[in-house]
Amino acid sequence: MSNHEYTPNSKFGKWFNDRLPLLTLGKHLTDYPTPKNLNYWWTFGGILTFCLITQIVTGLILAMHYVAHADLAFGSVEHIMRNVNYGWLIRYVHANGASMFFLAVYIHIFRSLYYGSYKSPREIIWILGMIIYILMMAAAFMGYVLPWGQMSFWGATVITNLFSAIPLVGESIVTWLWGGYSVDNPTLTRFFSLHYLIPFLILGLVVLHIWALHVPGNNNPIGIDLKKPSKDTVPFHPYIVIKDLFALLIFLIVFAFFVFYSPNILGHADNYIEANPMVTPAHIVPEWYLLPFYAILRSVPDKLLGVIAMFGALFILVILPWLDTSKTRSAIFRPLYKQFYWFLVADVLILGYVGAMPAEGIYLLAARVATAYYFAHFLIILPILSRKEKVLDVPLSITEPVLGGAVSASAVRQKKDKL
Amino acid sequence: MKKFVIIFFFLIISNLTSISSFSAEKAAKPMSPGWSFKGFFGTFDRASLQRGYQVYTEVCASCHSMKHLSYRNLSQPGGPEFSKEQVKIIASQFEVRDGPNDDGEMFDRPARPSDNFVSPYANDKEATAANGGAYPPDMSVLVKARKGGADYIYSLLLGYDEPPEGISLDDGVYYNKYMAGNKIKMSNPLSEGIVEYADGTKASEEQMAKDVTTFLTWAAEPHLEERHKIGFRAIVYLIIITILVYFSMKKIWSRVESEV
Repeated sequence: MSNHEYTPNSKFGKWFNDRLPLLTLGKHLTDYPTPKNLNYWWTFGGILTFCLITQIVTGLILAMHYVAHADLAFGSVEHIMRNVNYGWLIRYVHANGASMFFLAVYIHIFRSLYYGSYKSPREIIWILGMIIYILMMAAAFMGYVLPWGQMSFWGATVITNLFSAIPLVGESIVTWLWGGYSVDNPTLTRFFSLHYLIPFLILGLVVLHIWALHVPGNNNPIGIDLKKPSKDTVPFHPYIVIKDLFALLIFLIVFAFFVFYSPNILGHADNYIEANPMVTPAHIVPEWYLLPFYAILRSVPDKLLGVIAMFGALFILVILPWLDTSKTRSAIFRPLYKQFYWFLVADVLILGYVGAMPAEGIYLLAARVATAYYFAHFLIILPILSRKEKVLDVPLSITEPVLGGAVSASAVRQKKDKL
Repeated sequence: MKKFVIIFFFLIISNLTSISSFSAEKAAKPMSPGWSFKGFFGTFDRASLQRGYQVYTEVCASCHSMKHLSYRNLSQPGGPEFSKEQVKIIASQFEVRDGPNDDGEMFDRPARPSDNFVSPYANDKEATAANGGAYPPDMSVLVKARKGGADYIYSLLLGYDEPPEGISLDDGVYYNKYMAGNKIKMSNPLSEGIVEYADGTKASEEQMAKDVTTFLTWAAEPHLEERHKIGFRAIVYLIIITILVYFSMKKIWSRVESEV
């Protein structure tokens, strides 16, 4: 990975490093040349790593006290909240941590979209990221089922029922998923098992994600290829480490406000009612971070097509590097793309909003228009833009954009706005 | 465009509270008497918690269980903080089924502080049958299980009224302004003087509603005071360390010609 050979100073260090080059890896990580113009949107990778570790550590402790049984799960969560030392803190960090994790991942993804970080040569990083994102949604969904409240139970019923839309074998698949003929104890125990497994899969994929990142190096706000190391880069440590730490601390302040002062605001009140298969809640809504996809699902009148649209909305992101073929990465130099980027952000926010509302009247109409626009953005607008858009001139380096000669005044101004 | 999206984002955030209000069909907006437990330094009013427990145990507990609490919780810091002796006496007024003993028989004994609150009914089915087909919900986390929380519970207790013209109610159904759909199967539980407060406070309906809601809020969130206290310290600590890290970062980055 590293271009230069590294020799540890101590004899033992050398002996060890010859057998397992961990010290070489450490040296590579601290020296890793990073573009010096990265803005704060780039700090979310570090924040996400922190979120994952937090979820794993708090989850590990919760699992020591939680009982995965349909009759006991709800009570065991209350036991954690009342009797386990700082159980309330650990559970609230875990529950709100999931929301903070998604908040960070959405910022991370939209940063990538804005600066074209998914483009060549970073397609694999992007695809790994998308797999992580999909696994995160699976883990979050199953985690939400574990307290066995009303929303847990009915959320699980609605989501697993989606698979019944598959022709011919749908019903059998749902029975297989449930381990019975309805969501019940076997469903709960397997969800617990999988909820415990998935974070470690994510952890493995995160290692690959970072490994793949360290091959071409970071993209940067102006989206140009850099010579590394050079005047345009700084070593990861201490420059990026301290910056990431600063951003993480700001993030933690927001996190702490949720945990200590409104720990239940992101959840649904119904989930404090123990699951009851005989009583359906008035409105079944997923957690906020799944709402855009829920809106897409409900906007299609046909069940099977709705499910296809929902999964399609995710899959389309996976193949994004081949839909947007523009050579210019950063939106700073793509005036039209920049407009459409913000349209997409607004579109996803609208989808999230209508996902929380009942699927009727004006909300249903809005959901349909927004769903259509979502797909149009990726399938029509991006391919056309890639061919037709007149991009601004891109500077040749970070330090000397003007000496590069070609950069226009407006680009520099816009660049300042963004950085 | 970016500004528009940001404005839009905040519009959505500000609307989030009302997002779920569509589910509360025809229900009035809950009122708030002003709670001591809200805010950064919110704590429970000890006397109110003790009165609230009295209302709960003398009125609510005849139908509503509170199975996730134990009598010992009543003496824990941050709660009503009855003395250990008082809690022993409170617990001993309830009977629990224990066993089997050495002869293999189940037996009844007075409850101990370590026992969970004794439920008024043997099971949910019996509770439902005894209450005209409406299950009286367990009150352990009731405040957290209702949109609007303490305000909602407080308002509901005071929301009984004569039905407006044109609304006919079946037997055993009552009109309540704050209930979704305005129909509730619980009769008005509070009436002036139904409880005689040990501390001499006048047991008006508002007073009882406020006290019992305070008690229910504590029951749902027994570590609220500790949470507020730790939270404040954690955030102050985070802000201080953030400032320190900020200046360290500035110093480190001053070595390169680039802004952080």
